Amino acid sequence: MIAYIIRRVLQGVLVLAVVGFVAFAMFRFMGNPIENMLGQEATRLDRAALAERLGLNDPVPIQYLKFIGNAAQGEFGVSYRNGLPVSEMIVQRLPATLELAFVSAVIAVVFGIVLGVFVAIRRNGIVANIVMSATLVGVSLPTFLIGVLLIWIFAVELGWLPSFGRGETGTLFGWQSSLVTVSGLKSLVLPAITLGLYQMTLVMRLVRSEMLEVLRTDYIRFARARGLPDKTVHFKHALKNTLVPVITIIGLQVGQIAAFAIVTETVFQWPGVGLLFINSIQFVDIPVMAAYLLLVGVLFVSINLVVDLLYAVVDPRLRLQ
Amino acid sequence: MSIPNASSASATGVQPVSRPSSSHDEPLLAVEDLVVEIPTRRGLLRPVDGVSFELNAGEILGVVGESGAGKSITGAAIIGLLERPARIASGSVRLAGKRIDNLTGDDLRRVRGGEIGTVFQDPSTSLNPLQRIGDQLAETARQHLDISRAESRDRALLALQEVGIPAAAERLDAYPHEFSGGMRQRVVIALALIGEPVLVIADEPTTALDVSVQAQVLTLLKRLCLERGTGVMMITHDMGVIAETTDRVAVMYAGRVAEIGPTPSVLVNAAHPYTRGLMASTPNPASDVAEGLVQIPGAMPGLLSIPAGCAFHPRCDRAVPDCKQKRPPRETINDSDVWCWVASQPQQARHD
Amino acid sequence: MSSVQPTLKPSISSRLRGVWESDIAWSFRHSPVAMIAAFVFLALILAALFAPWIAPYTPFDPASLNLMDGFTPPMGEGMGSGSVYWLGTDDQGRDVFSTILYGMRLSLFIGLSAVAFAAVLGVTLGLIAGYVGGWVDALIMRVADIQLTFPSIMVALLIFGIARGLIPAEYRDQMAVWVLILSIGLSEWVQFARTVRGSAMVESKKDYVQAARLIGRKPRQILFRHLLPNVMGPVSVIATIYLALAIITEATLSFLGVGAPPTRPSLGTLISIGQDYLFSGEWWILLFPSMTLLALALSVNLLGDWLRDALNPKLQ
Repeated sequence: MIAYIIRRVLQGVLVLAVVGFVAFAMFRFMGNPIENMLGQEATRLDRAALAERLGLNDPVPIQYLKFIGNAAQGEFGVSYRNGLPVSEMIVQRLPATLELAFVSAVIAVVFGIVLGVFVAIRRNGIVANIVMSATLVGVSLPTFLIGVLLIWIFAVELGWLPSFGRGETGTLFGWQSSLVTVSGLKSLVLPAITLGLYQMTLVMRLVRSEMLEVLRTDYIRFARARGLPDKTVHFKHALKNTLVPVITIIGLQVGQIAAFAIVTETVFQWPGVGLLFINSIQFVDIPVMAAYLLLVGVLFVSINLVVDLLYAVVDPRLRLQ
Repeated sequence: MSIPNASSASATGVQPVSRPSSSHDEPLLAVEDLVVEIPTRRGLLRPVDGVSFELNAGEILGVVGESGAGKSITGAAIIGLLERPARIASGSVRLAGKRIDNLTGDDLRRVRGGEIGTVFQDPSTSLNPLQRIGDQLAETARQHLDISRAESRDRALLALQEVGIPAAAERLDAYPHEFSGGMRQRVVIALALIGEPVLVIADEPTTALDVSVQAQVLTLLKRLCLERGTGVMMITHDMGVIAETTDRVAVMYAGRVAEIGPTPSVLVNAAHPYTRGLMASTPNPASDVAEGLVQIPGAMPGLLSIPAGCAFHPRCDRAVPDCKQKRPPRETINDSDVWCWVASQPQQARHD
Repeated sequence: MSSVQPTLKPSISSRLRGVWESDIAWSFRHSPVAMIAAFVFLALILAALFAPWIAPYTPFDPASLNLMDGFTPPMGEGMGSGSVYWLGTDDQGRDVFSTILYGMRLSLFIGLSAVAFAAVLGVTLGLIAGYVGGWVDALIMRVADIQLTFPSIMVALLIFGIARGLIPAEYRDQMAVWVLILSIGLSEWVQFARTVRGSAMVESKKDYVQAARLIGRKPRQILFRHLLPNVMGPVSVIATIYLALAIITEATLSFLGVGAPPTRPSLGTLISIGQDYLFSGEWWILLFPSMTLLALALSVNLLGDWLRDALNPKLQ
C-alpha cells in the first residue's frame, strides 16, 4: 500500500516536471520575452539589464530550475498584456472558478449516479430508454451550445435569470462568494447547469454500464439466489461494487470540469481563471498561459492522487497490498 | 475422479437423522415438461426442452451431462434465476406440491434462499467482495428467519462453525478475499443453508476447487444436508461426484433428460445408449482392469442444430427410423425412466 | 477450364450480397437508429461537399452582399434587394442557409482531417510501441499517459495557443484552419495508440507473425501487412466517436474566438456571431447553425454507438 502511494506520488512528480518544462519552454522560447516586456523603443542597455535580471544569460537547465523554483513560490512573472503580476491575477479570479466547478461537480455526481442507477435497473423500461436517448443528445451538445440555449430560454425569453457575470458577492470565510447573495446564487444557476450537464450525462452513462456489468456478476446472482430483495441487491451490493471505477472517472471528470470551465466562463462572462486563460491565448500572453498550465497540472496530479487513495477506502482488497 | 473420503465418511457412521423419503405423496420437487427458450437473432433456442424429473425429500439427485446439456439452466429455471432473454416457455416446477415457476416478488424471494438454497460453481466470484462475510450471512438469515439483528449475528457464527471454518468468531469480520478457495466454498454452503431450506441446488460445487479440497467440500455438503433432511440437486459433469454422492441420477443430453434412475443401476447397467456411451468413456475407479476408454463418435449438437426426433440419433449406433422423426416417450426399464425408442428392445450383440 | 472460372472468381453481385449479409450489415439493417443517423450524416456530407452548387448565395463575396438585406427573418424578403432568404440573413445581409453550408463544409473538413491525422499518428506510434517494445514503447506510452492526464480540449487549446505564439501575427488568420487540424489531431492520438499497441502486442506473439519474421519479412512489412488489418475494427470505432469529438472541439474553439476566423466562419463561429443577436430578437442567426451542429454531432455519435455495439462480440 505504501509502495503503491509512493509510486503514485513519483508518477505525479514526473508529470509535473514535464508540464513545468513545457511551461518553461513556452515562457523562454516562444516569442521574445524582452521584446514583449519592454516594447520596441527600449535601449540596448535596458534590454541587457532585463536579460540579466530575468536570468536569460544563465545556462538553460539553471533557468529551468529557477523557473520551477519561482513557480513553486507562486512567482509567475508579469502579464505581457497589462503588466500586472500573474499570481495576483490568478488569486483574484480563482474563487469564482472554484465555486462554479464545485457546484457543477455536485450536480453532475449526484444526478449522474441517481439517474445511472435508475436506468440500469429499469434497463428495458420506457422512461429509462427516453433518459438514455436524451443523454446521447446531451453528449452531442457542445457545452457552449447548452449555455447559449439556456441563456436564450431562461434569460432572454423568460427573463428569470441573469445571462452573464457573477452577481453580487458576499464574504464567506474570508472568500468573495456568490453563494451568500440572492443575485449571486441566481447568477450561478445557469453556468453551473451548463458546466454540470455534460459531465452528468457521462457519469450517468458510466454508472449505468458499470452497474449492468456488476448486475451480471456471480455474486449478484448469488445475492438474488439467497432471496435478498431487489432494493438490497441493487443499492447495497451492486452500487458499492460499481463505485470503484466510477470514482476514477468522477476524478477525471473534475479535471474535465476544470477544462470546460474555460468554455462556460466565456459563454457567461464569468470572471474566473478560465476566461483569463482564453484571453491570454487570444493575446498570446505567455506568462499567463504558462501559469495556468502549471496550475492545471498541479490540480490534475492531485486529483489523480486523491482518486488512487479513495480506491483503497472503497475496496478492502487494495488495502492489503 | 475418485473420492476416498466420501465412502469412508458414510461408513464411519454419519447416518441420516431423518430421511422422509416418502412422508407425503408429493415429491419434494417435481419438474414437469419444463421448456426454457432463448429468442436470439438466429432463431429460438431451447436449452431446456421438455425436462421432467422428481426429487424426494432428503434425497440427493445428481444431474449429469456435457457442458451445454442444459443442466445449469434447469437449475436456474427452478429458482427463477434465468437471465433475460431466457424464459420458461412451458411446463411447471412444484416444490412440495406448490407451483413455484410463476412466482414473483416476495413469494419468489421466500423460495430463493428460504426454501431452496443455492451453491454456485466458483466461490471466488459468488461472494460480494466488498462485504464482510458475517454481514452477508446475517443479512441472509434476517431475510428468511424471523429474528433480530443480534440473533442473526449468532446464527451467522453458528453457520460458520457448522461448515468447519476455524476460529469462526474472528472470521465473521473477514472479507471474502481473505479466505482460500475451499474455505470460501464452505462460506457459500453456510449461506445456502442459513435460511433453513428444504432443497439445495448445487451447481458444480467443486469444479472450481483444488482437487485436494474437492472431496472435503463435497463430504461436508452431503453430511449437512443429510443431517437436516435437505434434498439436494447436484449438478455436475463429473461421474466421480455422481458415483460417490448421489442416490439417483438424471442424465441430460441436448436440453433433454435421457435417463433417470437409481445411481448404481444407471452407472452399472444403463439403458439409454447415450448413458452407456458416457459410462464407457469414463474411467471406472471400481474396476482394477485398465479398460480401453470408448469414445462416442461425434459431438453434442449446438442449440441451433438439434436434430429432429431423438437428439442423440445421429451419434447412436442403434438408431432406428423412428428415432429420426419422433421424440421418444418415457419408458420405465428396471428402476429407471428412459427416453429412448430402442432401449427396451433386446440388445443386439455388441463388439465387446 | 473456362467453365471453372466463374466459381473461382466470385462475381461482383455475389460479393456485394456477401457484404449485405455480413453480420455488420445485418445489424445495420436491423437498427433504425443507425440507418436514420447514416442517412442524416450522408445528407450533411453531400450538402457540405456540393455547397458551392447548392448554396443560393456566395456569402463571403463582399460584392454580392447587400447590407440593406441585413437581419431579414426566415422566408422574408430582403429590404434592399427583395430576394427571398429561406433561413433569413445575418447582420451583414449574408444568407444564413448559405453560410451554414459553407460553415459545415469547413467544420467537416477540419474534423475529418484532424481525426485522420490523429488516427495515422496514433496507429503508427501504437504499432511501433507494441511491435518494438522496450524503451521505445515505454517512451511513447509515458507521453500518452501524461497527455491523458489532461482533457483533450485543454490540450487542443494549449497547442493552439503555442502555435499562435510561434506564427507571426500577420499569418495567424490564414493558418488558423491548419493550426486547428494540428491541435485537435494532436489532442486525440492517444486513444488510437493505446488500442493499437494492445492489439499489436497480442498479434505480434502469434504464429503467423513469427512465421513472417522467420521467412525474412521486414518489420515494416509485418507491421503494415499483418498487424494493421487486425486493428482496423477498434480503430474505426474510435475514429467515428472521435470525429464527433473533433467537430465539437472545433466548434468550441471557434466559438471561443480562438479557432476559425470570422472571415471564414465554421459552425462554431456562426453560433458565436448568433449569440450576439439573441437579445435583440434575431434568433434565426443562432438557431439554424446550432441545429446543424447538433444534427452533425448527434448523427456521428449515434453511428459510433451503433458501430461499437455491432463490432463487440460480447453483445451478440
